[in-house]
Amino acid sequence: MTTVEAPLSTAGNPIGFGRMIRKEDARFVRGQGNYVDDINLPGMLHGAVLRSPYAHARIVSIDTTAAAAQPKVRAVITGKILETLNLAWMPTLSGDVQSVLATDKVRFQGQEVAFVVAEDLYAARDALELIDVEYEPLPPVVDARKALAADAPLIRDDLEGRTDNKIYDWEAGDAELCDEVFARAEVVVAEDIVYPRVHPAPMETCGSVAHMDKVTGKLTIWTTTQAPHAHRTLYAIVAGLPEHKIQVISPDIGGGFGNKVGIYPGYVCSIVGSIVTGAAVKWVEDRSENLMSTSFARDYHMHGEIAATREGKILGLRVNVLADHGAFNGVAQPTKFPAGFFHIFTGSYDYPAAHCKVTAVYSNKAPGGVAYACSFRITEAAYLVERMVDCLAFELHIDPAELRMKNLLRPEQFPYTTPTGWEYDSGDYPRALRESMRIAGYEELRREQAERRANPSDTTPLMGIGLSFFTEGVGAGPRKHMDILGLGMADGCELRVHPTGKAQLRLSVQTQGQGHETTFAQIVSHVTGIPPEDIEVIHGDTDNTPFGLGTYGSRSTPVSGAAAAVAAQRVKEKARIVAGAALECSPDDLEWEHGRWHVKGDPEQGKTMQELAMTAHGALELPEGVEGHLDASVVYNPPNLTYPFGAYICVVDVDPQTGVVTVRRFIAVDDCGPRINPMIVEGQVHGGLADGVGMALMEVMAFDEDGNHLGGSFMDYLLPTSMECPSWELGETVTPSPHHPIGAKGVGESATVGSPAAIVNAVLDALQIRQADMPLTPASVWRAMQGRPIRPDLAVE
Amino acid sequence: MQITVTVNGEETTGDVEPRLLLVHYLRVNLGLRGTHWGCDTSNCGACTVWLDGVPVKSCTTLAVQADGHQVRTVEDLDAGGALDPVQEGFIQEHGLQCGFCTPGMLMTARALLDANPDPDAATIREAISGNLCRCTGYENIVRAVRWAAEHAAAEVTA
Repeated sequence: MTTVEAPLSTAGNPIGFGRMIRKEDARFVRGQGNYVDDINLPGMLHGAVLRSPYAHARIVSIDTTAAAAQPKVRAVITGKILETLNLAWMPTLSGDVQSVLATDKVRFQGQEVAFVVAEDLYAARDALELIDVEYEPLPPVVDARKALAADAPLIRDDLEGRTDNKIYDWEAGDAELCDEVFARAEVVVAEDIVYPRVHPAPMETCGSVAHMDKVTGKLTIWTTTQAPHAHRTLYAIVAGLPEHKIQVISPDIGGGFGNKVGIYPGYVCSIVGSIVTGAAVKWVEDRSENLMSTSFARDYHMHGEIAATREGKILGLRVNVLADHGAFNGVAQPTKFPAGFFHIFTGSYDYPAAHCKVTAVYSNKAPGGVAYACSFRITEAAYLVERMVDCLAFELHIDPAELRMKNLLRPEQFPYTTPTGWEYDSGDYPRALRESMRIAGYEELRREQAERRANPSDTTPLMGIGLSFFTEGVGAGPRKHMDILGLGMADGCELRVHPTGKAQLRLSVQTQGQGHETTFAQIVSHVTGIPPEDIEVIHGDTDNTPFGLGTYGSRSTPVSGAAAAVAAQRVKEKARIVAGAALECSPDDLEWEHGRWHVKGDPEQGKTMQELAMTAHGALELPEGVEGHLDASVVYNPPNLTYPFGAYICVVDVDPQTGVVTVRRFIAVDDCGPRINPMIVEGQVHGGLADGVGMALMEVMAFDEDGNHLGGSFMDYLLPTSMECPSWELGETVTPSPHHPIGAKGVGESATVGSPAAIVNAVLDALQIRQADMPLTPASVWRAMQGRPIRPDLAVE
Repeated sequence: MQITVTVNGEETTGDVEPRLLLVHYLRVNLGLRGTHWGCDTSNCGACTVWLDGVPVKSCTTLAVQADGHQVRTVEDLDAGGALDPVQEGFIQEHGLQCGFCTPGMLMTARALLDANPDPDAATIREAISGNLCRCTGYENIVRAVRWAAEHAAAEVTA
């Protein structure tokens, strides 16, 4: 099955799958998007957060007198005031608690200490300067490796009975089998690999506008959320507000990447500010606040060991992880899996023995950890296995493409149950790898590299070729295995076809740029034949959409896309019954063609979907038990994850004198099943590849020994620009998911998961060394060339 | 301070604090919400507008610096009723996803095309290198600007 060219509507759009320009774009190119900071309500006030300058300190006193006396200031809220409302602490998505405004201690630099509500933003920020906080600094835990030392300061003394900084130990796989396999393996390669702390840094920071209507008791909050329904339930739990009186509206979102999954103290403060003042309160963080306090990603310190035969047949992989979760365990992931989906680390290869152990610790850094298009830590897993495979290739002097081809799962092995229990639904991995090598001209690249190496000079760039092969697992649930804070990971969808044949589709998921208004219309169009321009997608408003868990983990197409397809199928089947009544025949005697039910063998005798929509709402007598109208409501509970995969090849040039890395080419072959809108899929891949360039070469959240954040602005936290990114070269294979109604697998995070390893492998191939950690900045590369690799995530060596 | 700023061809006046940022003057005082605030440090370019025909970062320009000058924002690009070719190019080539960086990108791209109607990809990449985008990986933005260059040229030929 491949993506078939769909017929075009009168507006020139594909009726179904195919390239279609986005419905969203008309407003965005005119500057008419409606983001949270664009929401303005009559009498609205502005909030600002006072943040801790220390990574770890006891709060001795907070004096707000001078701030509260300012003429434009309407309220100054501290943790003490929140305590009286039982709101000083809130639950995190991982069953921990997080301070909304600090009462006892501050536990990371940038932590929320007080909230000012004033008549304008400038007045609010001025007042922050007048709040007098006396701190008693405490020694911080900055390096996760020291968090469990006997003399490490106790960070979470708020938790009763806690005596150390360990959050959990968790393991998966078969340790005993690994011991056996590793003991008799011909080759074992071990390596320490750090996936440093990075940040999703969407262009729009986080914010909210809260309005508590004192008369009706209804709270409306416009907020940057990827999961409006989950947030509504959490607000009900956190604030004790009745859930039917809470409306969460997620308007246009300026990028999410997992940064906008959790609930941040600022959101809660804007709600409290509105309750206290009676006015609407807007809070929008600035960039430093975004980088220093909202959900980071990764911070995984991994020790991997790979066992193999001398010929390069992989026999086993085991890994110990030290996970830095920051000051509060605020990771967003299914409850059963405290380390997310990291235990998919066995990757795309066929071997029996695997084991991982993850130890998570508190540190004096911002909370978070599952963000930045990570598919619940599959980024870390894919990076680990793809680096370990390259380490093995390095030791065995086998070409990394050959080594991968030798070990990839074969098509006939699917569905394949991995050593740690995942059931990969479908795939043809060797085909994708071959396709990437074909596009790259792999043999020719290796020849060019050999020639360069034979004729080195001080000025000739060092050429490196890096590969990665990844298997993603996206589309969480099933709900019986996956929940967040007890909320099962299933998603609702409602399709209403109006009498004139125009339709509205209501979704629980929320776009942050992925193009849901277009893609989901195309899914319904594909099934019903209704032109996509006649289908309006409604999302991001809990009062007007069905419940569901939202958009992250690439789950929109695998879960809500399936819900939309099933809803459309139900509408189509109902239209068949209506057609049978209208044409006075049995529905069994009808067949479907081009958006129309007609009598088998007599195409003249038929009704279009639009005619049937009017009939369904009309006066025609319908069969016994068939209600009128043409609507469907679905809750989709996925039977399994979907498993997109891909083969990536990166070619870099490294300046031997400066260590500057130039990504010369990047080839990405992705298999996400049938592509609903190939243009949008390619855009998703492009964006993820740029993430890879950023993480591999530029981005890191570093801290000094006092826990000072060294990446608190875009001057220090470097994002890739147009100059660092090459012109991406994309390819595809299509292996439909056997259990998804339209075979689609989700693609939003694939490239972010798959690309970092390819870039790092390429740089290390250029340097002909086995290991160095991200980000491979010029300084880091240069040091590695001198044989003195550094830890880029720590300012200290 | 009393200031007079011509914004998108219309004279605006305001009594502003000297520290007021131009981005806030446009967004809050004038209600022109197409110009976005992304980073505070001139790095991201979401706030790019024109000051006397030259792209500037309005998050690090004071409103008083625009006193007596001409400012152009994204809202003016389709002032004639039809989309500017660069707006159309972004649509046709999928040069945007979340749309947050888009207004700044468009203003930078329009300035480039006014100065150089037929830029190659390398020139476009350099021109937009002061505007960050987290969604597109830039490739389709380059194509979008090329689209605008090619279609503007076609219109002239026609």
